[in-house]
Amino acid sequence: MRYLLMILIIFSATQLQAKSLHVGKQEAYKTIHQALQVVADSDSILIHAGLYQEGNLIIDKSISLIGIDNPILDGQYKYEVISIKANYVTVEGITIQHSGVSSIIDYAGIKLYECNNVRIEKNIIEDAFFGIYVQYGTKCIIRNNHLRAHKKTEQESGNGIHCWKSDSLQITGNQIQGHRDGIYFEFVTNSIIWRNISSKNLRYGLHFMFSNHDTYVTNVFENNGAGVAVMFSNHVHMYNNYFRENWGDASYGILLKEISDSEIEGNRFEQNTSGIYIEGASRIQMNRNLFKGNGWALKIQASCMEIQLHNNDFIGNTFDVGTNGSLVLNNFNNNYWDKYEGYDLNKDRQGDVPYRPVSMYAGIIEKIPVAMILFRSLITTLMDKSEKLIPSITPEQLKDDHPHIKPVVS
Amino acid sequence: MYKIFKYVIRDILRNRIMLAYTALLLLASGSIFSLEDTSAKAILSVLNIVLLIVPLVSIVFATIYVYNSNEFIELLLSQPIQRKKIWLSIFYGLSLSLGLAFLVGIGIPVLLFERSLTGLLLVACGALLSVIFAAIAMLAVVFTRDKAKGIGTAVLMWLYFTILFDGLVLFGLFQLSDYPIEKAMIVVSSLNPIDLSRILILLKLDISALMGYTGAIFQDFFGTATGMTLSFVALMLWILIPVGISLHKFSKKDL
Repeated sequence: MRYLLMILIIFSATQLQAKSLHVGKQEAYKTIHQALQVVADSDSILIHAGLYQEGNLIIDKSISLIGIDNPILDGQYKYEVISIKANYVTVEGITIQHSGVSSIIDYAGIKLYECNNVRIEKNIIEDAFFGIYVQYGTKCIIRNNHLRAHKKTEQESGNGIHCWKSDSLQITGNQIQGHRDGIYFEFVTNSIIWRNISSKNLRYGLHFMFSNHDTYVTNVFENNGAGVAVMFSNHVHMYNNYFRENWGDASYGILLKEISDSEIEGNRFEQNTSGIYIEGASRIQMNRNLFKGNGWALKIQASCMEIQLHNNDFIGNTFDVGTNGSLVLNNFNNNYWDKYEGYDLNKDRQGDVPYRPVSMYAGIIEKIPVAMILFRSLITTLMDKSEKLIPSITPEQLKDDHPHIKPVVS
Repeated sequence: MYKIFKYVIRDILRNRIMLAYTALLLLASGSIFSLEDTSAKAILSVLNIVLLIVPLVSIVFATIYVYNSNEFIELLLSQPIQRKKIWLSIFYGLSLSLGLAFLVGIGIPVLLFERSLTGLLLVACGALLSVIFAAIAMLAVVFTRDKAKGIGTAVLMWLYFTILFDGLVLFGLFQLSDYPIEKAMIVVSSLNPIDLSRILILLKLDISALMGYTGAIFQDFFGTATGMTLSFVALMLWILIPVGISLHKFSKKDL
């Protein structure tokens, strides 16, 4: 009882220290600006429901900005709505809409300038240029926000969650729609992206460059203009993500360019024009992924080396693997291919004859794209069949020596 | 003329092979639509039937039918009827019954399960292919008196349009791969009614994204109303020209 009393006293003492400033039509402060002028470190500003058109709000003290019943902060298409320039700031439960649009300044719904330990949570950001923009941020948490934009072209649209030169970010449970890139990373390290849904963005669902030691887990990237692009990074970990319906001429489930020392495991690639397109990558482990119903499951250029593909399932893809040369420095083993026609005499669940995933027609298309006009004609089917029996054009080394007889993942 | 036409139609529709063909098409397309989980996949499977089986049956059946009605034609020729009318009514009868068999066999299932523009296009192309290959059969018949040779020619024609032509195209592509030949390929594709129908239908399905730059150029042409009209004109020419030539030949032929 005594302890409880003591805790209560301490708790109420801190309560006394940290003030709560209420903003609203019937509250002490009519505008957020008034509250920001008197607020001190570790205070909270509670914003009550209503529409606030106050231009740019600069937060330069370590405070909490908390919305009650979804207050709406409107940027009137002219201003950056919230600029955070202090550490330990929390922004929670606020609807932000109509940030400024410019081709010179990167206006954002919420922008973080060189700060750490900032928490952005449960906000709705509607029709902003950039949604949440982190610049030189460390240990910041961006969680459970909804971002929606309705722009038509890439020029007038910014990225959903844009992070630049940051470290140790947690981006969790956000839903991003209709921006240019859903999540954009440049020079971001040691960060985790978990349980986000990025869909219907104009360009990429996820786009990162020069961002090393990052982990992507259980995200959904769906129906984006060009899928996901991952470039010039190393030590990237992608687990259990879902890449689907990235369908179009230059659309990829994932585009990997100059990636090294990375792991891609347990992901699902469904209904993409190309499931994975790899160029100039090295030392990548791809295990237990599912490729289903893609145009090309995998396009692997001859510039890749030491890519290990094991225990993946390839089901119902038009072409399993496409490549542009005869040099193969990668290893395919123990995958399941639905087009495999071999047998398993000793019943060890592995096929006794190798499977060659590059069909002759896929090889021809890579050399002569116009040959696509013979797509699904009888002659190409016949050619593929005969090539399977006596390989002559397709790369000799590109084969799976021990293909699985039954699917591994699904 | 109407009387001959009516007689031919009645004769063909009573034919057991025709009934079997209709039943086969109905069974195949019906089972494809009920087995495949997505309609796009089903359309692709039906497309294979339309591009392979339908032309083969049309050309072989039409050839054999015309040869078998040789005596009937000779009998008619002894009557005061124009040669042109006899030949045309046989052609009309053949194409109508083959078209009808196709529409019942493929058209009804497609319209039941896939009532989209793609489905409609598939049915239209299939019906046109039936008629086109009947026309080509008439051409094969009029040039050879020997039945075995005629049927051989007809099968060879089918082989040419389904495989050999594409093989030649592929060979040409290898030779000319350094040149921008995408647009020329549109013209080349119209030289083969089977290729033309295949491309028309594939472009309507969303797998057109797989076709990359070539697909984009084809889409640019075949996707527009003019392109669509032109390709149907090309298909019509594939009926008119063989029939025209065979008619000309038949009117002057020494029987």
